[in-house]
Amino acid sequence: MTQRLLEVEHLQFRYGTSPDAPAALEDVTFGVDKGEFVSIVGPSGSGKTTLLRCIAGLQHPTRGDVRLNGEQVTDVPQELAIVFQDYGRSLFPWMKVRENVDMPLRHMGLPRAERRERIESALEEVGLTDAVEKYPWQLSGGMQQRVAIARAVAYRPQILLMDEPFASVDAQTRADLQDMALEVWQAHESTVLFVTHDIDESVYLSGRVIVLSQPPATVAAEIPVDLSRPRDQIETKASREFVEQRAEVARLIRRPSGEPRVATEAGATEVERR
Amino acid sequence: MSFANADAAIRPRLAGIGGWLGGVALRLSVLAALVLAWQVVTMLVDDPVSWPTFTDVAARFWDKWATDPDAWLRSLVPSMARLLGGWLGAVAVGIVVGTLIGLSARAREYVNPIVQFLRAIPPPALLPLFIVMLGIGDTMKATMILFGVVWPILLNTVDGVSSVEPLLRETGRVYRIGFRDELLRIILPSAAPKIFAGLRVSLAIAVILMVISEMVATVNGVGFELVQAQRSFRSLDVWATIVLLGIIGYTLNSILAAVEGVVLSWHRGAMGTRS
Repeated sequence: MTQRLLEVEHLQFRYGTSPDAPAALEDVTFGVDKGEFVSIVGPSGSGKTTLLRCIAGLQHPTRGDVRLNGEQVTDVPQELAIVFQDYGRSLFPWMKVRENVDMPLRHMGLPRAERRERIESALEEVGLTDAVEKYPWQLSGGMQQRVAIARAVAYRPQILLMDEPFASVDAQTRADLQDMALEVWQAHESTVLFVTHDIDESVYLSGRVIVLSQPPATVAAEIPVDLSRPRDQIETKASREFVEQRAEVARLIRRPSGEPRVATEAGATEVERR
Repeated sequence: MSFANADAAIRPRLAGIGGWLGGVALRLSVLAALVLAWQVVTMLVDDPVSWPTFTDVAARFWDKWATDPDAWLRSLVPSMARLLGGWLGAVAVGIVVGTLIGLSARAREYVNPIVQFLRAIPPPALLPLFIVMLGIGDTMKATMILFGVVWPILLNTVDGVSSVEPLLRETGRVYRIGFRDELLRIILPSAAPKIFAGLRVSLAIAVILMVISEMVATVNGVGFELVQAQRSFRSLDVWATIVLLGIIGYTLNSILAAVEGVVLSWHRGAMGTRS
């Protein structure tokens, strides 16, 4: 029996308070069950980050509700962690890797031994055992994002939000990080909500893809991904099912909810270039 | 430093120590050349009152300051107490008030014109006022130093605190670390490089103000000794005291630089790797 963890209902976000203020999100509704890996894709500028920030309680929606475990989100909930795209600016440069991962744990009233155990196992999971005593700026971009992920993992949130976390690393590193994210998700039986503009990435990682429309955003479609797990960068991506699913998502992003072609011109060219 | 580099290439194992010694030797040789030039020129001029030789000044410095514990107690100790009292007071006031102002955009709007006005006043001009209000004692001198040096610390703290990377503070919020730790473990470390820049500027001004305050109304201190020597035409004592002031300023700055090197070791590294 699956259990609903996150509910987003009729979420609207406008920049400003007047009724004709420009909207980033028009009306977004979806849910995430415990243990799911769900991706949100959408054309650039479709309000993906705004949506994530509203879900995290970092921004307040103009209308609509976000509920986590049935409780309305007003400030950042304890059960939630975020991995930001910009790892370079979300790690503390004056703290070594260990202290960065330890930072959130200091406030949870955990015994010393458990804190140490959590830090070590999280760093081991992301493959950074040797970097404990290094500063973030001594590490490569991919390794820095691993630190940020280890920090979130050690915090043991019920739901992990990831905002285009692999958008600014090279292709090979991105593939490694994707597989690592899947391993972490499976090992902890956690729940992940993953925002990306990369269609391949969303299909490869997720059990379900939520496609946002052109801004102001609504949910254009929800597509279940029926690819078997564990997934493999080469075999999964070469399979017929993967190619078909990715084509379906791509079509939806090009022409969300049957809007006229003209309106989606910018988004369409961006998709084609990829 | 080409000397050090050549050394390093030839004997890699000894490069660290050898290169360092080479660097020190190079710097000392420049200093020695300047001292020698001073000595030669003043000997040629041959006017020991207006243009004393290096050896005369050094000998007087040795007798008057370096080897006279009594002079230390009489002059150096009170001067340093005023200087450090005023400067440390300014550090506390500057960082605390600067943090409060830096945290609030509204506070910055209200306070900024006042701060700009106050810091534009040359501190020595306030000396007569301070004498009337606080007398001529140590409190007045420390207060004048405090008032004169607090601005660089305050303004740099405001700047550092108000320009913390928003994503860092947001990360603290996501992990619910609370305001106290956000302040102590995110905001202040992040502002530390700018705060230290303010500390260095203010320490240099503090030495200047210490001397000025002691030249006007006082009974002891290094500045007092300087004025006394000048008034009684003891030109060698004037020179020896100026050398002492140079050493005080250099030593204080070196100590602060060493502290900064330890506290901000991460910052140097982070700046070095940023392309």
